Amino acid sequence: MTKIAFPYIGDYHVPAKFFIEKALGKEVIMPPKITKKTVEIGNKNSPEFVCSPFKYTLGTLIEALEMGADTLIQLGGGCRYGYYAEVQEKILKDLGYNFEMVNLINNGKPNFLGIYRKLKKISPKISIFKFIYYGFLTSKMVIYMDIIDSYIRENIAFELEEGSFESLKKLMLLDFSKINNFKELKNKFNYYKEEFRKLKVRKPNDFYKVGIIGELYTIMEPASNYYLEKELAKHKIEIKRFTNATYLLFEKKRFVKKNIKHVNIKYKMGADATDNIIRTQYLCDEKYDGIIHIKSSFCTPEIAAMPIISKVASDNNVPVLFFSFDTNTIETGVHTRLEAFYDMLEMRKRK
Amino acid sequence: MKDCYLGVDIGSISTKGVIIDDENNIIVSDYIWTEGSPTKAATKLVSILKDRLPENCVIKGIGTTGSARKLVGLLLDANIVKNEITAHAVGTLTFYPDVRTILEIGGQDSKIIILENGIITNYAMNTLCAAGTGAFLSSQAKRLGIEINDFGTYALKSKNPTKIAARCTVFAESDLVHKAQVGYLKEDIIAGLCKSVVLNYLNNVAKGKKIKTPIIFQGGVSKNKGVVKYFREVLNEDVIVDENGHLMGAIGIAVLARKNKIGKTYSLNVKNIKFETKARECLGCSNNCELLKVYKNNELIDSFGSKCGKF
Repeated sequence: MTKIAFPYIGDYHVPAKFFIEKALGKEVIMPPKITKKTVEIGNKNSPEFVCSPFKYTLGTLIEALEMGADTLIQLGGGCRYGYYAEVQEKILKDLGYNFEMVNLINNGKPNFLGIYRKLKKISPKISIFKFIYYGFLTSKMVIYMDIIDSYIRENIAFELEEGSFESLKKLMLLDFSKINNFKELKNKFNYYKEEFRKLKVRKPNDFYKVGIIGELYTIMEPASNYYLEKELAKHKIEIKRFTNATYLLFEKKRFVKKNIKHVNIKYKMGADATDNIIRTQYLCDEKYDGIIHIKSSFCTPEIAAMPIISKVASDNNVPVLFFSFDTNTIETGVHTRLEAFYDMLEMRKRK
Repeated sequence: MKDCYLGVDIGSISTKGVIIDDENNIIVSDYIWTEGSPTKAATKLVSILKDRLPENCVIKGIGTTGSARKLVGLLLDANIVKNEITAHAVGTLTFYPDVRTILEIGGQDSKIIILENGIITNYAMNTLCAAGTGAFLSSQAKRLGIEINDFGTYALKSKNPTKIAARCTVFAESDLVHKAQVGYLKEDIIAGLCKSVVLNYLNNVAKGKKIKTPIIFQGGVSKNKGVVKYFREVLNEDVIVDENGHLMGAIGIAVLARKNKIGKTYSLNVKNIKFETKARECLGCSNNCELLKVYKNNELIDSFGSKCGKF
């Protein structure tokens, strides 16, 4: 019996689990969410200077293997992320685990047919019809989740009842995982969209809007950015975030092609570096109060983008706060900088 | 009766305290070493300040800043607890309203604050390492067998500063040992070290920031004349060092305490407060949060460190 496991990234384990169970008919092992223990295991078995997503995902994979998983799924991005699957497979095999590693996306270029072929290896009985049907259904679920998420990001800071958004989102994810077809999904989505709108918020006339840009994993996995969005929400800041699964899967290519001429870049810089420069320009044009750039330590594409982001922002007189997260980052330091950032926004607005 | 405000800046190396009045005049001020025990240092410092405070002064506000601000804020029952970046900016602006750049190198961290028309427009703080901070300089002073207070004087003696790797303390240290062993003069090495601190700061913390005059240099390392000299030389601008530079954070938080006063009068009788912290590891989940419980007069007043919010 195949037992499949995959690393966490944000809440996307819900659609991923849904797809594997429905389309492949396989069991999914859900390791515990990322905790200090996960980080410790990941740290211990990773090269020291690898980017931190490697450590987080490796930790989760080991926890899954300990729980009996025998097939691991990884994705590959357009940077060092592209080698994660191979290197992690080697490390885990050296540790003595017996399993199969499947890398669904090579080089950050999702290819529908390629994914199908690879899944066929895990589950030879999968029909192309089932694959396409559930592929689209899952994609739709991801898109709906992201729509709700951006609404949450705009409003959670101003909720009247603390925790109301989070608990409703939990219910939504639970309901999403139980749907069977497009109609049910659409109904659930409409229902929760209404429910979210019903949650009481009190937006003051004067509030701060901050855009979050940076490296994709650190942005999307709250455990790896020390719950930055939550911290910002505590300071009553509305958040705009571009990177989500919808963007990476369906919009990225078009977005970069369309907008690269607006910023003065001739060549693409790999991973999301170009995207982030374009976004910086966008956030400046839209008169955002500030920009927060986050990345994992040693993330090369973002390091290359940082001086340009810094220049674009200072030309437009918008402050940028740079964060470089590692598994050893001290939380207090993050809070100090965020607090100062908030004070700065306040001072700037008051002048 | 005169209304006064206490500001305490508890850093990793030293604890600074100041009491100001409504016109920003410093009434009393002092600083002592933290020595790894922020609450003890703060208690001692506040008692010292209290003894020296003129009879006609009443404390109407207390603020804390620095890395132990939260804990000491609880101890002193402060009406404002703020980060050191804001505190330094506010403090400096009180005396230099037109300052454009604040360079700050402390015991454990270094930061740059860029200001325009009296407001912070940008700032940065060292992230990954402590290269070029006070802690590094004092450990090297020990290695070279001189007092940290004489470091600057030694550096000024040098006519020929040695080149020392400026990027990373590990490289700087091995470079320094090497230079010493092949026979370079001590003052040249010290001067080189001061210069490497400046270059390191400009390359890492101040990277991409436009440094405009007036520039003010503060923090513990600003007492080091060698570092000041090389800042002036490398930037090719005048760098102001205020004699109260080390107090700016404390002054800033005192000013903020005044702005946020709640009408309460504080007694400063901290000597008799029984203040305890108890640490334990929570075994509720695999996060194993390190919880710190704070007791004041045997009463639990706060706890830090919980990720799930249970405590």
